Amino acid sequence: MRCAWPLHVLPGALLLLAAGCDDMSKQHKENPYASPRSAPADVAQGSVEYHDTFHPAPGLTPALLQRGRSEYQAFCAPCHARTGQGDGMVVQRGFPAPLPLATAPTRSATPEQLYAIITSGQGVMYGFAQRIMPDDRWAIVAYLYALRRSQQATLADMTPAQRAIQP
Amino acid sequence: MGVPFTPRANIIMTICLGTIACVVTSGCLLWFAWPYSDYERHVGWTVEQPVPFSHQHHVAGLGLDCRFCHSSVERSAQASLPPTFTCMTCHSQIWTNAAVLAAVRDSLLRNTPMTWQRVTNVPDYVYFNHSIHVVKGVGCESCHGNIAAMPLTYKAKTLTMQFCVNCHRDPGPNLRPAENIFDTDWHRGPDTPGPAALMALYHLGRRNLTECSICHR
Repeated sequence: MRCAWPLHVLPGALLLLAAGCDDMSKQHKENPYASPRSAPADVAQGSVEYHDTFHPAPGLTPALLQRGRSEYQAFCAPCHARTGQGDGMVVQRGFPAPLPLATAPTRSATPEQLYAIITSGQGVMYGFAQRIMPDDRWAIVAYLYALRRSQQATLADMTPAQRAIQP
Repeated sequence: MGVPFTPRANIIMTICLGTIACVVTSGCLLWFAWPYSDYERHVGWTVEQPVPFSHQHHVAGLGLDCRFCHSSVERSAQASLPPTFTCMTCHSQIWTNAAVLAAVRDSLLRNTPMTWQRVTNVPDYVYFNHSIHVVKGVGCESCHGNIAAMPLTYKAKTLTMQFCVNCHRDPGPNLRPAENIFDTDWHRGPDTPGPAALMALYHLGRRNLTECSICHR
């Protein structure tokens, strides 16, 4: 006796269907945070990044200053405060206070020295090489000059249009 | 010829058939809807971490920017969890004896990374990229909720495909000006450019954002 055709086809079809029973939301691919073995490791202070090269200062543009302002407020302001006075919120909670940025020795530092301090830190300040990209570090250096100038501005620095505005 | 079944049998049969229909329908609904429910997606559940880190304290209390710790969010697919070095930027000087931070100090001492548990997840077949969302004006809050109000971090949105696609179909209302991307509890003000203006500003609307390959590779 011959069996009906569905009996030939059904087991195969069911097997094919069963092959789809797989939770694809979990796949065998690298998940950097799943285990201590592959979690991001610390970079030792003073080590040089693979393929790291010299990063010359980019051209000074309004966009660079704006970027510097944004990065300064994200990474520097917690301690140095948005004004650069060195009384940021983390300092108010007990971190040793840094010197105001508008005074010596920061005032007399060259841009390269400021860049180096942001990169590898100074005193109790940790280096920010891991967190701030080289161009952004230069942007912060540029913003430091703008910040300082804004705080020690004189009437002569203002344009006639700015002077015309009543406070 | 008489009636084949008594009225009593008819009632029993109707009730049985009705019950079967109800069970099958609700079973199917549960089968399809359950995986998308807030409960199944663990929305609002806090996850146990090696250190009970409080975003509320660090973001609302101290005013830290998201990027201070999640520093690669602007240029990498991963927002990145901070290495111990980042924690120690401040905690090398503050709360140096706090018992709650012992795991952080151990991690630095033994040079073994902290194992933070993932809070917000998408399935592995979704290729989510943080940097493009941040660069194109989507604030962190749109997917992560108001982190500044979370003493312990929890997933704030379901992050189902529907959640993603709703925004990919019409991103405008969820966009923010560049300076407000990292703000928590941000609301559109009178000076905020409209959705259409922001779409133009971020050069959106030229590519179909609901193409499969945008998220699935």
